[in-house]
Amino acid sequence: MKRLIWPLLALVALLLLNLVFTPSFFSLRLQDGHLFGSLVDILRNGAPTLLIALGMTLVIATRGIDLSVGAVVAIAGAVACTYIADGGNAVVAMLMALGLCLVLGLWNGFLVSVLGIQPIIATLVLMTAGRGLAMLITEGQIITINNDTFAFVGAGYLVLPVAILISLAVLAVMALLTRRTALGMLIESVGVNPEASRLAGVRSRTIIWTVYVFSALCAGVAGLMIASNVHAADANSAGLWIEMDAILAVVIGGTSLAGGRYSLTGTLIGALVIQTLTTTVLTIGVPTDTTLVFKAAVVIVVCLLQAPRLTGALRRPVGPTSPPVAAVPQSPQEAGAR
Amino acid sequence: MTDVSPLVDIQGITVTFPGVKALQEVDFRLFPGEVHALLGENGAGKSTLIKALTGVHTPDAGEIRLAGAPVSFHSPAQAQDAGIATVYQEVNLCTNLSVAENILLGREPRRFGSIDGRAMRARAAELLSRIGLHIDPGSALGSHPIAVQQLVAIARAVAVDARVLILDEPTSSLDAGEVAELFRIMRVLRENGVAILFVSHFLDQVYEIADRLTVLRNGAVVGEHATTAVSRLELVRAMIGRDLSVLDEVEQQAERRVPSETPLLRAENLGRTGAIAPFDLELHAGEVVGVAGLLGSGRTELARLLFGADHADSGRVLLDGRPVKLRTPRSAIARRIAFTSEDRKAEGLVADLTVRDNLILAMQAARGWYRQVPRRTADELVEKYVNALDIRPANPDAVVGTLSGGNQQKVLLARWLITQPRLLILDEPTRGIDVGAKAQIQKVVTDLAAEGMAVLFISAELEEVMRVSDRVVVLRDRRMIGELPGEATVDDVLTMIAGEAERVQVS
Repeated sequence: MKRLIWPLLALVALLLLNLVFTPSFFSLRLQDGHLFGSLVDILRNGAPTLLIALGMTLVIATRGIDLSVGAVVAIAGAVACTYIADGGNAVVAMLMALGLCLVLGLWNGFLVSVLGIQPIIATLVLMTAGRGLAMLITEGQIITINNDTFAFVGAGYLVLPVAILISLAVLAVMALLTRRTALGMLIESVGVNPEASRLAGVRSRTIIWTVYVFSALCAGVAGLMIASNVHAADANSAGLWIEMDAILAVVIGGTSLAGGRYSLTGTLIGALVIQTLTTTVLTIGVPTDTTLVFKAAVVIVVCLLQAPRLTGALRRPVGPTSPPVAAVPQSPQEAGAR
Repeated sequence: MTDVSPLVDIQGITVTFPGVKALQEVDFRLFPGEVHALLGENGAGKSTLIKALTGVHTPDAGEIRLAGAPVSFHSPAQAQDAGIATVYQEVNLCTNLSVAENILLGREPRRFGSIDGRAMRARAAELLSRIGLHIDPGSALGSHPIAVQQLVAIARAVAVDARVLILDEPTSSLDAGEVAELFRIMRVLRENGVAILFVSHFLDQVYEIADRLTVLRNGAVVGEHATTAVSRLELVRAMIGRDLSVLDEVEQQAERRVPSETPLLRAENLGRTGAIAPFDLELHAGEVVGVAGLLGSGRTELARLLFGADHADSGRVLLDGRPVKLRTPRSAIARRIAFTSEDRKAEGLVADLTVRDNLILAMQAARGWYRQVPRRTADELVEKYVNALDIRPANPDAVVGTLSGGNQQKVLLARWLITQPRLLILDEPTRGIDVGAKAQIQKVVTDLAAEGMAVLFISAELEEVMRVSDRVVVLRDRRMIGELPGEATVDDVLTMIAGEAERVQVS
């Protein structure tokens, strides 16, 4: 929990900053049984990123990375919208889209766990090829549709926006699945030391394969949300750079890219930080041409605050007995020898 | 010697980690031109003391003086610049670079701003010849055996003209000839006035090379002596704070065991090209079978075949008289075979996880991910084995990577004991751990065999193999060359290894 303190503080600081600029920022109102307000907006707009970041967390915990999620988002939207535009049933369309995402996840997992290709390279294949595939499905057009069932996923309301409920449900299921069973521990074990895990009888290959499939499924659902929200499939820009936001959310949440211990709560906070940041940029009126710089600055500060060296240096004057090096598990030479 | 002032003078340093006092007001003196042995059990604070001296840890209290002047290092680089060079137990060099590049890393001779490869190789060759090592400086470091890499690490230390040379268990992976070579180099450096701090678990070596010694126990100094002034028995007592009567028990128990009539496991013509030539082997319940052989003789390869970690390409394995296929570690584990690797860091422990998670890992993996070991069962098992094997600190939530070597080894052993194996394969279970932990592990092994487990015990230390085993198979050059009864002596093993090969010298 300790390592989540800085991202949490960043989140609170961002929210307070908004309050200064927009005094009504925290107000919520119930209208026609729907909850409205800036906070709800943040959650709703952040839902796809959160979903993808959750899948990414498990991938990163196994010392991997999935760059293809943005492309999978585009493919999911393309498949669903094209089928609906041709007069298909919305539920069937969504199942088809998720089925394809499952196959894409199997492909990524196969490359990484069976062929042993480095994850960054293996998923780069689908990252570049996937958008092409989406373009092929939509024949290069932006497919706009008008279907109430499909719109429900991304724009619907059950007091709260449905997108939020889906993301939180996935978070809850994951938390139960990985912490109430041994899955979480085994994932961490494979991430820290794959060979030792194999020799202890852990099915390292199956576990790694599974997390890539799960990540692709999360991206698929996120893709449906995004397409549903705008009633259209845009193969070019749907989910563009969302993999970066997702990776960032995971890292801000305190999960190390070196694999091992992960935190779903951390990822939730990380995703909220990123989305709040995007919203803040709009509400406080940062000029659009400096938006990215502003975002970058905040992200750098949060990451720096989490760096073990810096936290050690910051803590030293407060408590002189705390050994800062204890946070660094290896001496520099040891790390260099790897 | 006492009229010379110490080169390194540590006074009253204390190092604390969260919840633990790793060092408590430790005094330590190192004189120029001496070899000083630092002794103690695992977890006694040897590594912490070295790390405090080399700037890895910053002491909370106390003072370090180098040649009379107080120093405070904040990084290993600063310590190195001040003339303190360190060679770690695990070689910390870059195996993908050449020997010359490793020796002169960061101090490459330059010409017109770029690295002068020729000058670098020439300088490296000179440094290598100074320590009497004749290898091609342009060859990749990874192409040489660990022992040579270790000597290269020392050449690197020589290259910086170190005043203080710290050798942290440099001999744990060397054979007798290589140790002799190392000692020759150490003596040369000693003549040149270098102060050498030497950490080793081998008491023979300490008596051979060290002038003085300091003993640590539980983070405090229990004695500083001239080597000639203390007997081995006194030394061992000082280190572990009790008598070594367990070792006698180990020996007695080896005689009391009754192995079963029919073999538990039978390997017929089992082999793997390039790893080990086909061999036959029978393992019975209730006996300890030792595997003896020099480094690289195929000991580990044999064990990995029996555990399914590698695939055999000839022969078969019979368990209870029925042929079984050991395709993966999983299938071996399902048949209740357990294996602890000699490389506990890379192939054994999951360093970032807790002691609890590491202990139940094999059991959990066997149950499948969806049937989590209930927290209560896990806690009971953990408590039982932490107590039974005396794992310290006795905190199940401690991250296993922070434990000392001996305790890590016990965690690994306990991980497998929890799965209640019928055959336990131990590859170098006592490497790099102290006398006390060693004796404990040997005792556990003999107890397990007495309770009916079959144990295959692999160790580079022949004395140890002979002490715990009922019979010993001997390997040489990746081939099984014979078997000896447990009453045989170390000399018998050496004779057998030397036997057919005239080239091998027995010292």
